[in-house]
Amino acid sequence: MTALTAIEAVRTALDEALAADDRVFILGEDVEAGGVFRATEGLRARYGERVIDSPLAESSIIGVCIGAAHYGLRPVAEIQFADFIHAGFDQLCSEASRWSYRTLGDAHLPMVVRTAWGGGVHGGQHHSQSIEAYYAHMPGIKVVAPSFPADYRSLLHAAIADPNPVLFLEHKRTYRLFRQEMDGAPAETRIGKARVTRQGGDLTIFAYGLMLHESLAAAETLSGEGTECTVVDLLTLNPLDRETILDSARATGKVLIVHEDTLTGGLGGEIAAIIAEHAFEYLDAPIRRVAGPDIPPIPFHHAMEDFFMPNRDKIASAARELAAY
Amino acid sequence: MAATRATRPPRSQKTIDEYLLSEQQLEDMYYHMLLARKLNERMLALNRQGRAPFVIAGAGQEAAQVGAAMALRKGTDYLAPYYRDLGMNLVFGMTAREAMLNLLAKRDDPNSHGRQMPSHWGNTARKVVTQSSVVTTQFLHAAGIGLAAKLRKDPIVVMACCGEGSTSRGDFHEALNFASIHRLPVIFFVQNNGYAITEKNEKEMAVEHVADRKRAYNMQGAVVDGMDAIAVYQTVRPAVDEARKGGGPHLIEAKCYRLWPHSSDDDDSRYRTKNELEEWSLKDPIKLFRERVESDGIFPRGDLDEIEARVEEEIREAAQWALMQPDPAPEDALGFVYKEL
Repeated sequence: MTALTAIEAVRTALDEALAADDRVFILGEDVEAGGVFRATEGLRARYGERVIDSPLAESSIIGVCIGAAHYGLRPVAEIQFADFIHAGFDQLCSEASRWSYRTLGDAHLPMVVRTAWGGGVHGGQHHSQSIEAYYAHMPGIKVVAPSFPADYRSLLHAAIADPNPVLFLEHKRTYRLFRQEMDGAPAETRIGKARVTRQGGDLTIFAYGLMLHESLAAAETLSGEGTECTVVDLLTLNPLDRETILDSARATGKVLIVHEDTLTGGLGGEIAAIIAEHAFEYLDAPIRRVAGPDIPPIPFHHAMEDFFMPNRDKIASAARELAAY
Repeated sequence: MAATRATRPPRSQKTIDEYLLSEQQLEDMYYHMLLARKLNERMLALNRQGRAPFVIAGAGQEAAQVGAAMALRKGTDYLAPYYRDLGMNLVFGMTAREAMLNLLAKRDDPNSHGRQMPSHWGNTARKVVTQSSVVTTQFLHAAGIGLAAKLRKDPIVVMACCGEGSTSRGDFHEALNFASIHRLPVIFFVQNNGYAITEKNEKEMAVEHVADRKRAYNMQGAVVDGMDAIAVYQTVRPAVDEARKGGGPHLIEAKCYRLWPHSSDDDDSRYRTKNELEEWSLKDPIKLFRERVESDGIFPRGDLDEIEARVEEEIREAAQWALMQPDPAPEDALGFVYKEL
């Protein structure tokens, strides 16, 4: 296999899943024509009626997938932009998340909701947002947010194989950021595991999505200055990999959490709380967060968007202060 | 009683043919309607005694529910019910004991094992789709089951139910739209009982009938007298047959009346008159059914008394039994958040 971008990795995983299991089908807006990001390009021609255009109605997309998953199929929904998923919030959070719980596992929903999220694409207030905190708050839905092409492929397979609803977050800026070699079958991956992407003894940065790449860039800069950072790719946002989070926090004693989502109520607060509750004695400095400011995300004008977005410089600057503490 | 009836020919073959129902089916119809009503009455009594925290009932809607559910194939077809659909669930196999376990939120309630309020149905083995308190979400689940069946080429039908109040929600529109685009085998069955808690129809919609909206979806549909179980069956059955053959979805509105307050916590004297209630009580669907089958000569007068006695005994036993069943342990609140791989 050749080197793939993230979007190609998503397409490859969908193609592989559709080929391997005739219970898998895709439902979403514009998917028959390939989708606005081209994730489903060519799949309608190959799989016919298992790649289905939905009306422009997000509650339909999710609600119909619930019914189909209940029936025993393995739907993969596409919500074109994460900003519009909230019309299906009720279906995801009042229904899908409780399906197993309220039936004591008699019924369950093997369904995936893929959606494109994140800023830095000049998408303005409703094509840029981070939505993960709303959904990661809800027990019963798994939330996954890869950063590397190979993880997109293997985690999408894991999501489709999972017997539970999985919200699969695809950061738009990571779609074509770079290519990654992928030979043979996708790696066996479990939802719920974080990964130490870079090892360093001075502090730990926790990140996901585009911010993982910005954090790695910041860590590279700091390494040049003599500060070595561990960078943890969270990969799964619900349930969080508490073990990896706590291991790394205990190892370095200094923690920086990075997300694009606005600060208040963002996932950083939960990660900080886990560490404060269970690794307090190991900490050598207050936990730091780099996040979007508490304004409705994200202003359209490029200067305001840049102001909003955390980036490698902001991360490096916070990391320097933390290292010096 | 069944044994004695089996020994003689039906009283009126012509009438039975017109009904589209056999004598046995008519007997079942009466039994299920009566069982639903009497269960609801016992549930309310238990509530007033302080033994059941909450009751939400289907009194006045038994004909609509039983008539429609009997048009489906038990064990094959799916039901996506709403909270008043005790009658439908009884037709689909729920027992009086299970209904009482559900009321009392007992550990072994097959619907949700005490995790949901009473009357939030669900039984995967019987193909009753689990429902929440959020109304009309199940319409989309029904469309999804219909889509799945179409993809698998399985000749099944799904019935989704709601009250007319629920038809104002967006999911109603989205589900009908989706089901009609793909011509899915779904019967959208609306029980218009006149009230959404306190609000009458004119506060909920500007059209006369919910079923008028079928035109907006290029869908077949009908309005039927929901107080007449036989008429409901006769309307729903052909729709089910057509849908099974690929004819697409139907929107059927059964005009009923909510004979009781919205729930055990509601005082309906605040918003409806005694006169109105008395007028509708004359059209009680169970009474009407019995009068009709007796005057048509299907069952001799008094013949159905035996069913009444059977139902009373069944409910008495079920309530007594259910009250003795174990409650969930507090820590049973945990678990099954995720289905294990």
